[in-house]
Amino acid sequence: MEEKKLELVDFVVTARKYKTTLTKKFINRTVYVAPNPDEIKSYIPGTVISIKVKVGQKVKAGETIMIQEAMKMMNQIKMPRDGAIKEILVAEGQRIRKSDLMIVIE
Amino acid sequence: MSLKKHILDLRKRKEKVQMGGGEAAIEKQVAMGKLTARDRILALLDRDSFTEYDLFAAHEGRDFGMEKKELHGDGVIIGTGTIYGAPICIFAQDFTVAGGSLGLMHARKITKIMDHAIKMRVPLIGINDSGGARIQEGVNSLAGYGEIFYRNTLASGVIPQISVILGPCAGGAVYSPALTDFVFVVENISKMFITGPNVIKTVLGEEISMEDLGGARVHAEITGNAHFFAQSEQECFDQIKKLMSFIPANNSVKAKSFPPKEPKFKGHVEDIIPADPKKPYDVRDVIRAIVDDSDFFEIQELFAANIVIGFGRMNGQTVGFVANQPLVLAGVLDCDSSDKAARFIRFCNAFSIPIVTLEDMPGYLPGVDQEHAGVIRHGAKVLYAYSEATVPKITVILRKAYGGGYIAMNSRHLGADFMFAWPTAEIAVMGPEGAANIIFKKEIDEAEDPDAMRQVKVQEYIDKFANPYVAAAKGYIDSVIEPAETRSMLLHAIEVSANKNDQRPFKKHGIPPF
Repeated sequence: MEEKKLELVDFVVTARKYKTTLTKKFINRTVYVAPNPDEIKSYIPGTVISIKVKVGQKVKAGETIMIQEAMKMMNQIKMPRDGAIKEILVAEGQRIRKSDLMIVIE
Repeated sequence: MSLKKHILDLRKRKEKVQMGGGEAAIEKQVAMGKLTARDRILALLDRDSFTEYDLFAAHEGRDFGMEKKELHGDGVIIGTGTIYGAPICIFAQDFTVAGGSLGLMHARKITKIMDHAIKMRVPLIGINDSGGARIQEGVNSLAGYGEIFYRNTLASGVIPQISVILGPCAGGAVYSPALTDFVFVVENISKMFITGPNVIKTVLGEEISMEDLGGARVHAEITGNAHFFAQSEQECFDQIKKLMSFIPANNSVKAKSFPPKEPKFKGHVEDIIPADPKKPYDVRDVIRAIVDDSDFFEIQELFAANIVIGFGRMNGQTVGFVANQPLVLAGVLDCDSSDKAARFIRFCNAFSIPIVTLEDMPGYLPGVDQEHAGVIRHGAKVLYAYSEATVPKITVILRKAYGGGYIAMNSRHLGADFMFAWPTAEIAVMGPEGAANIIFKKEIDEAEDPDAMRQVKVQEYIDKFANPYVAAAKGYIDSVIEPAETRSMLLHAIEVSANKNDQRPFKKHGIPPF
């Protein structure tokens, strides 16, 4: 390798600890986070067109809670289960990225 | 007109066309740090060896005012020449002519030289520098791409195909290089992507520069689309020439052999490896210690560095090396390193290059991202590639050979011709700690001091299994050798495998886990 001193780190594979270096790609990998069923996240980037619910409102499963435009399509975001709206984190007209947290339910 | 006049007329015509897009466009090309298409060919090929065809090709654009435009050579140069005296076919897109855009005649010129390369059984080199499809020619330019991809596929495994990305190569154009065997990129010059930064921003709202999206370093380090990374075009040409010296002209001849040379390495091979099996070393030092002239030509150095692939010579003959790299991610197999190794193994097999595998690996990379990225189907490529290969296959186990990794890294069970192991080899289902935790779970849990008991049991496992002799007793290992004998054992193995003939059942083709 190059002259620069290598930074060796501990790296465990099946209970054995090895000294080695890491790759940039490994360091930047997406760390898995278990999905929280109370969090409604955007599954595609786009724009919030309208929000059909208010904080505190009780909503039945399958009811449309907001409309998000993405790739020129109007996507109805539906309530995944019976519950109430706890928090709304987006506003109408707002552009959102993929996986942005939009609404929290309870 | 006298004959002389005709000749002068020809010269004048040639001179005009050879100016490509004209002085202003050439100046612009040079200002970007790029050579012109013609200069690139001349820099790469043997002096005075280049012969051009279809110089007077005229483009097919009949709409949008294109009919009034003259596009010299239709934006691409094709021809034949030699590298180190060996014939090759080459095309180079000329960015100074309509941005090197691909129209019908442009594509016809490329497919003509490809057909020639396939028939003449000589390597094909394509230099890509193009803005993409010539939109004015509509479906004709798409047809052109398709016909190029078709020939790339026909040529695959018959002649070596090399793509050199010296400018933009975007949209459909990227798939010709992707179908070829080796892709060369140059920092700040190469740009490859399917959809560019503008489209990504409009559709997804993600902002990224062209360099960060599809620059040379990205493809050399992250995507694995590129095999060789250079700082300058000249360095890139030197890399191509060096590669050409290692590979054969086609799949029915062998790579040129060179006078044998002893390694320059003068120490003891065993000193490269730390005594503690958990400590790393650079496996490339081991390769350099055993190849001719200590000259190891690494491929995809920056991508998935946990596995090392490349060419070296043994007794003057080209050999492909595949080696786990304990220095990076402890040498695990993962999605990327599996892809990297499998493709290289298939190249070696297609072009009659013996494969030497140096093994020192703890297993597969654990992680949700790996499992979800499909490490099962990616890892399977390595098994497929090794099992399928009929060239001489030799493995040396240096230290660890655990579990699925042991099987995958050209084990006897996948058809290895020779299996050697250093006395430091540990061939087992898993590392001693993991194994002891499972086998002796009860004893450890019930002990007064579980940690002390674990240590005892780990040592027990090490004494019993962390060696090459259990595998040697079953004939899975042919010889346990001293590290210092590695080169001579490999030379011998390659020598006696020269007439290897491993006939397989006929099939149209296999179905590898792509």
